[in-house]
Amino acid sequence: MKGLTPIVKKVAQLMSGIICIYGIYIVVHGHLTPGGAFAGGIILAGAFILLILAFGSEVIKLRKEETGSSVTESFSILVTLILATAGLLIGSKVFFNNYLPKGEVGELVSAGAVPLYNILIGIEVAAAIITIFLALIIFKEEEEQR
Amino acid sequence: MIIGAIYALHANDLLSAVIAQGIVGYGLVICFLHLRAPDLAIVQIVVETITLIIMVAVVLDSSRKELKTPPGWKERVNILLGLIFIGLMIYFFDGAIASLEAFGEHSLRMSQVYVEEGARRTGAANLVTGVLWDFRGYDTLGEATILFTAALGVLTVLRLKGKN
Amino acid sequence: MTVYYMCFLLFLVGLYGMVTRRNLIKIVISFTIMEFSVFLFFALIGYVENGEAPILTKNLPENPVFVDPLPQAMVLTAIVIGLATSAMLLAIAIRLYKKYGTFNIREINNLRG
Repeated sequence: MKGLTPIVKKVAQLMSGIICIYGIYIVVHGHLTPGGAFAGGIILAGAFILLILAFGSEVIKLRKEETGSSVTESFSILVTLILATAGLLIGSKVFFNNYLPKGEVGELVSAGAVPLYNILIGIEVAAAIITIFLALIIFKEEEEQR
Repeated sequence: MIIGAIYALHANDLLSAVIAQGIVGYGLVICFLHLRAPDLAIVQIVVETITLIIMVAVVLDSSRKELKTPPGWKERVNILLGLIFIGLMIYFFDGAIASLEAFGEHSLRMSQVYVEEGARRTGAANLVTGVLWDFRGYDTLGEATILFTAALGVLTVLRLKGKN
Repeated sequence: MTVYYMCFLLFLVGLYGMVTRRNLIKIVISFTIMEFSVFLFFALIGYVENGEAPILTKNLPENPVFVDPLPQAMVLTAIVIGLATSAMLLAIAIRLYKKYGTFNIREINNLRG
């Protein structure tokens, strides 16, 4: 899959930065405005997919990226489980409970552990979608080369 | 939406069928906005876009014609059984709908506690996110596991890891 | 109540397509159409007349009537699960195409073995 013309490459670089910032905004403000972890995570994955589609694909570069995205996905689920188990040991003795102090309704730092869970699961969803997409592209490129 | 679905099944070209699937998906977004659910509309738009990208990547690489062989007698029996089954389902659906309340008069039997106490007990201004992470946390944990397993499954089916 | 019948009609169109079509990609498309009808049904059940979206903002009327937030949380999870299922189905379909050269399930049945 060859890359596209230089104009498309430059515009894709600009748009990918803006989409990345928008995705982070939706993930972090998940407890105040509609959005949350799943929508923001897939938007972040979309920014990365735009870069891959504009720049073409060479298999050797993509294999390294794919290893990195699988490791990121596993790592963020591990941190989520550690955060959930920490509620078992301190605070109230129930697994996966909302134990951090809750502030006022409507502030950015409020609602206990919900923003932290949103950020971690957002990273995990983005990495999973990127892994699926890269697996399909690498499969097609290897079949073409043979 | 129904017209787009019927066209998606009978299209000659596979690429037209995929675009008609997009009609159904984006029409669902407008339905969600009318039913006062902005969370669902945002998630449905981005998920539909990703599904269309993956489907076009699969379809463009292959031959796109659909062979029109006339159905043999085995297929005619199949279609007849399908239509009989659909008739039975319509009859049972009639009976099941009669016990629902009228459209728009939901009584909020289980969610009255969520709406009144939700802001005080979770501290979140977005009630859907508060329900999703605090009152129904295990469902979200299971769903993150499903996405992780799906990514692992795609890697295994396409034999990218563990090649000898 | 006619809204419920239209939703069920969408489900029946998907079911008819899944039973009678022979192309593998059309079977996957029928599966996602059936899933969409179930999401629409859940969102229709939770609707309250003249209700507001379930988000607490600064300028709300005195005693606000909210739409039910519980079915919306369930459908939110289900949409992402639908994406995972479609991705797995398409990975299997592309692998079958590379091995047998066709998307038609009758020919795959005859070519095997």
